[in-house]
Amino acid sequence: MVESSMLTETIRDIVQHHSGMPTRLLQILRDVQDRLTWLSPETLERVAEELSISPNKVRSVAEFYSFLYTTPRGRYDILFSDNITDRMLGNRELLHYLCGRLKVSIGETRSDGLVTIGTTSCTGMCDQGPAALVNGYTLTRLNPSRLDGIANLIESRIPLAEWPRELFEVYSNLRRADILLGRHFADGSALRAVLKRGPEAIMEEMVKSGLRGQGGAGFGSAAKWISCRNAPGNVKYVVCNADEGEPGTFKDRVLMQDFADLVFEGMTLCGRVIGAQHGFVYLRGEYRYMLNPLKATLQRRREAGLLGEAILGDISFNFDIEIHLGAGAYVCGEESALIESLEGKHGVPRIRPPFPTTHGYLNKPTVVNNVETFAAAAKIAVEGGDWFASRGTAQSKGTKLLSVSGDCERPGIYEYPFGITVNRVLEDCGAHDAQGIQMAGPAGHMISAKQFDRRICFEDLATGGSFMVFDQKRDILDGVRNFAHFFVHESCGFCTPCRVGTSLMRDLMDKVHTGHGTRYDLEEMRKLGRIMQAGCHCGLGQTAPNPVLDSLDQFPEAYERRLRSTAYEPAFDLNAALEEARQLTGRSDPGAYLNEEDLLVGAMP
Amino acid sequence: MSDEQSFTLDGRRIPFQNGQTVMQAALEAGVYIPHLCFNPEFTPHGSCRVCLVKVNNRMQAACTTPAADGQTVQSETEELREIRRGILQMLFVEGNHVCPACEKSGACQLQAVAYYTGMLAPHFKHFYPRRPVDASHPEAVIDFNRCILCELCVRASRDVDGKNIFAVEGRGIQAHLVVNTPSGQLGATGFSLHDKAAQVCPTGSILTKHRGYDIPIGQRLYDRKPINVVGDVAQLPDRQGGRRHD
Ligand SMILES: Cc1cc2nc3c(=O)[nH]c(=O)nc-3n(C[C@H](O)[C@H](O)[C@H](O)COP(=O)(O)O)c2cc1C
Ligand code: SF4
Ligand code: SF4
Ligand code: FES
Ligand code: FES
Repeated sequence: MVESSMLTETIRDIVQHHSGMPTRLLQILRDVQDRLTWLSPETLERVAEELSISPNKVRSVAEFYSFLYTTPRGRYDILFSDNITDRMLGNRELLHYLCGRLKVSIGETRSDGLVTIGTTSCTGMCDQGPAALVNGYTLTRLNPSRLDGIANLIESRIPLAEWPRELFEVYSNLRRADILLGRHFADGSALRAVLKRGPEAIMEEMVKSGLRGQGGAGFGSAAKWISCRNAPGNVKYVVCNADEGEPGTFKDRVLMQDFADLVFEGMTLCGRVIGAQHGFVYLRGEYRYMLNPLKATLQRRREAGLLGEAILGDISFNFDIEIHLGAGAYVCGEESALIESLEGKHGVPRIRPPFPTTHGYLNKPTVVNNVETFAAAAKIAVEGGDWFASRGTAQSKGTKLLSVSGDCERPGIYEYPFGITVNRVLEDCGAHDAQGIQMAGPAGHMISAKQFDRRICFEDLATGGSFMVFDQKRDILDGVRNFAHFFVHESCGFCTPCRVGTSLMRDLMDKVHTGHGTRYDLEEMRKLGRIMQAGCHCGLGQTAPNPVLDSLDQFPEAYERRLRSTAYEPAFDLNAALEEARQLTGRSDPGAYLNEEDLLVGAMP
Repeated sequence: MSDEQSFTLDGRRIPFQNGQTVMQAALEAGVYIPHLCFNPEFTPHGSCRVCLVKVNNRMQAACTTPAADGQTVQSETEELREIRRGILQMLFVEGNHVCPACEKSGACQLQAVAYYTGMLAPHFKHFYPRRPVDASHPEAVIDFNRCILCELCVRASRDVDGKNIFAVEGRGIQAHLVVNTPSGQLGATGFSLHDKAAQVCPTGSILTKHRGYDIPIGQRLYDRKPINVVGDVAQLPDRQGGRRHD
């Protein structure tokens, strides 16, 4: 236990390091937790005191993000990535294996305080899973022998910094490059272009390019920049959305890892065009391993005169970039929740309108764009709008990075012109036996083989980039159930249909998946799905029922197989009765469940 | 001229002023749109989603959607009533609402809106959360079992009373109302029955101690006339069974 005066000093140091700014609360809590392993009530009180803000503000942030802990955690905190692609690669067996080796149960901290093992949402390593995080740092390609090594390192209390580097190695797996990734980009060339030709000319190129937001929604990027440029006010912001929380997506990770200069250049260009001097990268907590290398890249750019004051020697061109690290909240990818999080708050989406282009960070005009959008903008500034628009389709210009994972021989990043067919992608990645694809992640759409001739573009199948392949030997419902659990875990809890609806949907899906469902339950799922789509406050809740609704339409046989023969609910369902008893008595021990499968369900977050 | 602006709500012309939401304009025109987290005295919240309407054929919350000239708004359609019923049913299973045992039964906005939309039963599987009752305050009781997270007490205490006594903490289905003291007890705060926060709860979560069943069941606020005629509990005086202390 840290002594009270030492605790105060530790916290004071960290708060001062962040200039005592309440907007940096999330970053402060992350740093404090790094030192103390968890955030005790006393710690939170001290942080509030040091920042002179109300303790409940601090608590509400600490309670919101899944990587912040308000109960004690082990010195080594291991979270297994639990996306369906990790499951396909056997992560559950590995999770149980490591728990056995370290003699600790899932979600619990070992009595000596050494280690905690749990699960987390997709960590963006779908092409090199099963993956996990240890104290926030990514571990890839796990297998029993790697886990043996890890267990030994933990038991011998070896500091993380001394663990073998290869455990943390992240591959880029760049499989296909087109105009964005394929052509060399000279650092500073986009900034020279804007200085030489002026912001108006660059905006014209952006308009000509037809570039649309690559985060998934596809809003016209030129229109967004122009609206922000025209918004009244002298202080404006540029925000790069590198939250990449959609399960199955990892293209922004590769861009940030291998093409960070291009992304930073796009942000700086945007700053010049809209008249902003400050930019933020909101980097998802799962990509923490990149934080220091990215900071080094920013420093190198400052030294090269590409960032900071008087960029390229022009005293009117000032722009700098700060990186904020998320802490495990998919909803913070939604642009207004992201801004709340940047302001040091919990990530609840705002009421829109007003939109960020007029009322964004600290209520100032703000452009929020996806990583890939900024990268494309930098290229467009150099190569011109027509060059970009020569690829793609009528409504979807240019190219798209796809993150391909699941059942295929060559998972990784594929850059295609918009308009490519699903079949072509399957061919290229070596998926010979696909029965279905989860396009654009759980929030997107599930398609069956009948639709593999569809095209990837805004006119047909829109996507942020996630492409997860399920082959014939998979049970589609394993995926659907995994996604239903994902949305329960990620709902921010603000609005009724999402907060309650995601849990109801999960329970129905669990019931059907374990063979206890009837036709009536399928109707219930459809009805619930319609309410959520229509009623939720933000895109998370509105899309959360998609996997269920799509699979009901596309894979009816997967449900049929599992239905009880009767269309009616049995008069007495022992398991359901037990479930009520469990809820009332708060029991979750094995003796309270009929079989192991149900127990697993109960234990999941 | 700006005072000529109007939209139609279920075919009826509703005038509005710049800056008003669909809900505010409808309320002013005397047309009821079901709502729970909306209270005309506070900035809109948009969380309960009971006020869903179709604005130019798009689903929107009436309380947060700016009114615009020429808009077509639908509210009392079977489609919307069904969605609203579904959302209310969710609220009923999320908490523990044992209406026959509740002091506010008959004078509860949640219950009244449920009647209004034709909700007959909670329908979904009950969650049965375990939420203790806080009776630490000499004058008031908080029964968290009935809280629907509308955050009206949060807003009232923070923005009107300047006391910041309540907050919602936790994510997703873990979200819950808390009292802002280290002990989490209402008794340790400066809460008073004269606070605005004591007068806004649409359910039976915040109750006055030593008073119960003053008005017999059958003669309560919403027992004889529906909520679209009677109005919100927060806008009605205490002596009529509402919550407002004048
Ligand atoms: C729940 C949710 C999660 C989102 N996650 C991301 C994300 O991780 N990255 C992203 O760029 N956009 C994400 N978006 C979309 C953003 O709100 C926003 O549209 C986007 O960042 C705008 O950038 P763009 O126009 O360049 O695509 C998400 C939206 C929702 C509703
Ligand atoms: S709060 Fe309203 S609905 Fe809930 S139990 Fe009380 S009277 Fe019934
Ligand atoms: S106690 Fe009442 S007013 Fe406060 S959030 Fe809950 S339901 Fe709303
Ligand atoms: S809880 Fe976030 S959309 Fe409803
Ligand atoms: S009254 Fe509009 S969302 Fe609650």
